[in-house]
Amino acid sequence: MSTDIRFTDFKSDKQPTWCPGCGDFGTMNGMMKALANTGNDPDNTFIVAGIGCSGKIGTYMHSYALHGVHGRALPVGVGVKAANPELEVMVAGGDGDGYSIGVGHFIHAVRRNMDMTYVVMDNRIYGLTKGQFSPTSREDFETTTSPEGPQQAPVNPLALALAAGGTFIAQSFSSDAQRHAEIVQKAVEHDGFGFVNVYSPCVTFNDVDTYDYFRDSLVDLGEDDEYDPTDYDQATDVILDSEKEYQGVIYQNEESVSYNESHGLTENMADIPDGAPEDAMDLVREFY
Amino acid sequence: MHEDLNWAIGGEAGDGIDSTGKIFAQALSRAGRHVFTSKDFASRIRGGYTAYKVRTSVDRVESVVDRLDILIALTQRTVDENLDELHEGSVIIYDGERTTMQDLEVPDEMIDLNVPLKRLAEDAGGAIMRNVVALGAACEVADFPIENLDESLEKRFKDKGTAIVENNQQAARLGRDYVEENYDHEFEYELETTDNDYVLLNGDEAIGMGAIAAGCRFYAGYPITPATNVMEYLTGRIERYGGAVIQAEDELSAINIALGAARAGARSMTATSGPGIDLMTETFGLIATTETPLVICDVMRSGPSTGMPTKQEQADLNQMLYGGHGEVPRFVVAPTTISECFHKTIEAFNLAEKYQVPVYLASDLALAVTEQTFSPEEFDMDAVEIDRGNLVESDDIEAWQNDQGQFQPHYPTEDGISPRTTPGTSGGAHMTTGLEHDELGRRTEDTDVRIEQVDKRDRKVETAIEREDWSYREFGDPDADTLVISWGSNEGAMREALDFLEDDGISVRFISCSYMYPRADLTEEIESADQVIVVECNAGGQFADLLEHDTLTRVDRINKYNGIRFKADELATDVKDMIAESTEVTA
Ligand SMILES: Cc1ncc(C[n+]2csc(CCOP(=O)(O)OP(=O)(O)O)c2C)c(N)n1
Ligand code: SF4
Repeated sequence: MSTDIRFTDFKSDKQPTWCPGCGDFGTMNGMMKALANTGNDPDNTFIVAGIGCSGKIGTYMHSYALHGVHGRALPVGVGVKAANPELEVMVAGGDGDGYSIGVGHFIHAVRRNMDMTYVVMDNRIYGLTKGQFSPTSREDFETTTSPEGPQQAPVNPLALALAAGGTFIAQSFSSDAQRHAEIVQKAVEHDGFGFVNVYSPCVTFNDVDTYDYFRDSLVDLGEDDEYDPTDYDQATDVILDSEKEYQGVIYQNEESVSYNESHGLTENMADIPDGAPEDAMDLVREFY
Repeated sequence: MHEDLNWAIGGEAGDGIDSTGKIFAQALSRAGRHVFTSKDFASRIRGGYTAYKVRTSVDRVESVVDRLDILIALTQRTVDENLDELHEGSVIIYDGERTTMQDLEVPDEMIDLNVPLKRLAEDAGGAIMRNVVALGAACEVADFPIENLDESLEKRFKDKGTAIVENNQQAARLGRDYVEENYDHEFEYELETTDNDYVLLNGDEAIGMGAIAAGCRFYAGYPITPATNVMEYLTGRIERYGGAVIQAEDELSAINIALGAARAGARSMTATSGPGIDLMTETFGLIATTETPLVICDVMRSGPSTGMPTKQEQADLNQMLYGGHGEVPRFVVAPTTISECFHKTIEAFNLAEKYQVPVYLASDLALAVTEQTFSPEEFDMDAVEIDRGNLVESDDIEAWQNDQGQFQPHYPTEDGISPRTTPGTSGGAHMTTGLEHDELGRRTEDTDVRIEQVDKRDRKVETAIEREDWSYREFGDPDADTLVISWGSNEGAMREALDFLEDDGISVRFISCSYMYPRADLTEEIESADQVIVVECNAGGQFADLLEHDTLTRVDRINKYNGIRFKADELATDVKDMIAESTEVTA
């Protein structure tokens, strides 16, 4: 870890192929700032990405990274962090990736509380496959596969996380650069599973959940002195409020003990002896 | 005098059949006798017929046979299920005082040994010990010193306190004494003991032990019969060496967690059975194309779908060889015996890292649930060698960077093996992806780079074929006209079948294969034989198909797919019939 790391050190020399104006640009910048601000460098950082426009993020960042298969990014992150707890692990993906195909892993990753950060670029649409409804799409949102709207209630990812025992639940808006970076940074610093749902508009396929829509409707919990993110009941009210959109750290359990800590995962498992361990014959003797 | 003894206890699941069988098997092993056990169980926790069979001899035993000499029957069904294995003079121990057993029908030529198991157990301190009373009775029948049982009773019950241990030891003695006092029959068995030290373990345990020895420090899995035991073995043991086991939410997750750990640089493994392999297939291609070293163990059972979870089959070979979309190199190694489960696991880890490929370790139910005795030296830890392949440390990283100082994890080297570095290594940060990528690991659709990368990955296989020993194990008469070939767990039964065949004056050459891919070229061996018979536990003959394809020669097939492993005597008969058939045709 070095101290003179700047966030641009996390940028790769690949030009993003995202549509101009895509919310993912801002989301990525905030992630890079958060990593640099917390004193990480690319060589001790591992980014795992899902599949989707959002999932391309690992390509545009510079660090150790894996771009996996659709919906399975979280388990990869779990494995990386378990095997080498010294690494800073950040997992990123879209709402389709994380709450549709990968929703099972999401719930269990939250429960497991491994010390890592999960950033979801929520654009309420499938971008990469060109505009089908996603699990967070509104009930009446018309898309190529939902001419009448999906006609099913959207998933509330924050509620899922809270119900699964989430220890850090936050939401941000990619275009509010300062706040977004701040919130992701808090997630990185959290001892446990730091989950941030980022409103990251798709300018090409979603004309409902737009920059303007979020800008107008967002309530920043950070500006509310009364709001205490460690208060579970207050958090529940905010999370279940379907009338408004919020940003900020919505819930944080300060007593959180990460999986790594509770399971004594402290060693870098990459280091192994040249042959069998010294007392390996004991393994055989157990079978007498 | 028989040179080996076949013993069984059978009853309903929940009757303590397994632990009773294991106590007896361990007692025999500690008494310096070789043991080979097998289990017959249904897929339910309570109720349903279950049996634990033990074959024991002073010489090494490697298979089961169709013969039962002593049977402890806790239910009528136990006798019915085993009728065709019982013979004149077989001893059946049962409790005639139990209402359900009063009308037990013991066939005429057999010796019926009615022992009040429950009553004697109560005398020793509790009805629950009735199986142990039966063990004592069996010791008397087999003329096996009951003192040898004491130690394994102690091992089994010591956590419950000395009183329980002593009660059990007493229960065994009451069983023995009852037979001694009430039957003046001269039994023909006399189980010799020796000074040999043996260990007794099953294939799943051998795989787990091999994994730790090989430096595997990480395991992620999801429980499934018959692979669960690998995870259970590692849990609590791998931690002693700084490792961890994670029970995932499903197999999709398990293999991705294992993949993450492997990317972080740990020697990592997952194990499952057919249904789990199906789920893992999604990520399999990712592992292969990102060139991640990972050991994926498939402990096969009867398929398709949920099939017969507690029954034997070797029908996932095609899935392991071809499963997954697209084309990717992988290695498939199938241990042939329980001790080979240990050795091949170690080899699998070395192959995975040397060639940066996923390695399927193809075990099966027959290996997983049977236990066998070995000299501890067979698991020689000093001989374990660890080869991590082209793992680049910080000092050497520059050699693998391009002009811009970027590390090239998929550099198209001549031997196809690229440099690999673990996260945390400075100057090595890089991206890897399931998308086709260039030497930097970055997405590409460039036609030339695509071809270059596909060829590079394929070259690893060619390199491995050259550098490694992919030979087979050979038994029997090398000059015989008949060549039998099998893969995986059939080796023991076939080896013993060779003896039966020899008794009938038939000599056979036997080749046992553990490398499925890459594999030995058997063209010469097959061409020089008059008749080739491929033995495997599946209906379609998946390995036979492969060999025909490799060698452009037709082979005969012996396939078994009723869910039960090959037995030595049965296999000998099958081979004999097959030889006779071909002589008829040519005559
Ligand atoms: C197993 C599998 N199924 C389907 C796809 C096709 N696919 C690619 S991205 C995607 C949805 C992505 O949506 P989201 O996660 O919201 O990301 P976005 O593109 O909107 O950022 C789908 C269905 C795939 N790659 N893999
Ligand atoms: S399609 Fe939408 S999500 Fe994808 S890059 Fe374009 S704007 Fe971004």
